[in-house]
Amino acid sequence: MIQFLFEPFALGFMRRALAGCIALSIAGPPLGVFLVLRRMSLMSDVLQHGILPGIALGAVVGGISVPAMGAGGFLAGLTVALLAGALSRATGGREDSQLAGVYLVALALGVAILSAQRGVDLTHLLFGSVLAVDDISLLLMAGAATVVLPSLALLWRPLVLESFDPDFHRATGGRGALVHLGFLALVVLAVVSGFTALGTLMSVGLIMLPAVAARHWGETLGGQVIAAVVIALAASVIGLLVSYHADVPAGPAIVLSAGALWIGGVLAGRRESLLRRLVRQAHYAG
Amino acid sequence: MIELKNVTCLYGRRPAVHHVSGRFEPGSMTAIVGPNGAGKTTLLRTIAGLHRDFEGQVIRNGRIGLLPQTPSLDKAFPITSAEVVAMGGIAGLGIFAAAPAPARVSEALQSVGLAGFERRLAGTLSAGQFQRLLFARLMVQDAPVMLLDEPFAAVDARTTADLMRLLHRWHGEGRTIVAVLHDLDLVAREFPSTLLLARDKIAWDRTAAALSAEHRLRARLVAEAWADDPALCQDAPRLDAA
Repeated sequence: MIQFLFEPFALGFMRRALAGCIALSIAGPPLGVFLVLRRMSLMSDVLQHGILPGIALGAVVGGISVPAMGAGGFLAGLTVALLAGALSRATGGREDSQLAGVYLVALALGVAILSAQRGVDLTHLLFGSVLAVDDISLLLMAGAATVVLPSLALLWRPLVLESFDPDFHRATGGRGALVHLGFLALVVLAVVSGFTALGTLMSVGLIMLPAVAARHWGETLGGQVIAAVVIALAASVIGLLVSYHADVPAGPAIVLSAGALWIGGVLAGRRESLLRRLVRQAHYAG
Repeated sequence: MIELKNVTCLYGRRPAVHHVSGRFEPGSMTAIVGPNGAGKTTLLRTIAGLHRDFEGQVIRNGRIGLLPQTPSLDKAFPITSAEVVAMGGIAGLGIFAAAPAPARVSEALQSVGLAGFERRLAGTLSAGQFQRLLFARLMVQDAPVMLLDEPFAAVDARTTADLMRLLHRWHGEGRTIVAVLHDLDLVAREFPSTLLLARDKIAWDRTAAALSAEHRLRARLVAEAWADDPALCQDAPRLDAA
């Protein structure tokens, strides 16, 4: 058993993959919890598609370079988020419909740009390659986590206020739009940081699935954030082990592991699970 | 002090509040009343800086404490009662403001009859308990001006009486209280001054004078629905011309 657990991590590329996934698991899920609680789950979909044209343009300008593609993805993600918000305000329409329109256009644009480029593997960008994480990718992931965590700590109070009672927040001088924008910038950073390992399409998996699963384990906001991080870390380790022993791609294995843990929560979690509905517990006297 | 200078609150080109002028004097306690659609909440939100589509001028001095209508809050957000109350102590003071001491939070909860509720999720409280929780937050906020939007909605008579005592205490401490209310009997009993609104200002005076039969009749006669083909406002002298 010990050999089963530790043998894979004797290899350098597996340790590198594990370190990258740990960084993603610490930075992303707390943001995912806020996305879920603020009913912005669609935004994560939008961003994962929205960063693609930026990554593609980064590849066009700077070649297959993680910093160039990462910077392009970050700018594209922010642009998409701002554009959708501005469009919905300008037209008076619902933001979700504008988001859907923007991300479909962004995805098509990204694929079109990449298809015109020779030597860029679209599959690699869309789905990533955890086991090919190099020093620069690792630095991007660790750097993003280093920025995201203290920034989220600073944003925590206004974000909670804005999420729970936006009128109170604004009436007491809070800048809701600025808080929202700062939060989105952190989400974009987290999504972009994961694209080399998990690809643009699946980097959101390690942000959202643990957050959704955490609702079945944590009661308070803090409890849900801790549960989400633990679930993401577990999914990373399980996914890498499954990938190594069953010879399946690591990215999908990690996201599938997170999915399995989410389904586990739905079935048998402490809160709002099927088990809790089926098996009635004795109620308290008072 | 809050002063309104010819304030017209708009939804597009439609006025929800029309050319209202007047002052909420420092230390005053005023109820804003009127029929449905009179513009009471819109006016309060304009004073609070939440409704930005308005003409005229709103002059505010001092920090604002706000008790919003419950539907604007996300009760599903997993936050404890103590955390909600603590919000009052940090709101508007920047991200590095020290959180209020737990003892102060507990004291505020106790004063609204919610002792022992510190760790209870706010979303699991009854409507009346939730309203009391917002009063506790207002208490910790300790603002000189307090705006309350339907503070007694879904609250039973006994709790209303308890919360009214709290309002009188704050009024006695020199704070300015402005509350949107529906219950005219309660207003007549408890509030020294009243703004009777029916889109236009019908009366803004001592409560007995503001709620005279004539004023109430005029307020009732104002059509609730917007006209299909209204004339343009010529900014002519209004009912409230000061």
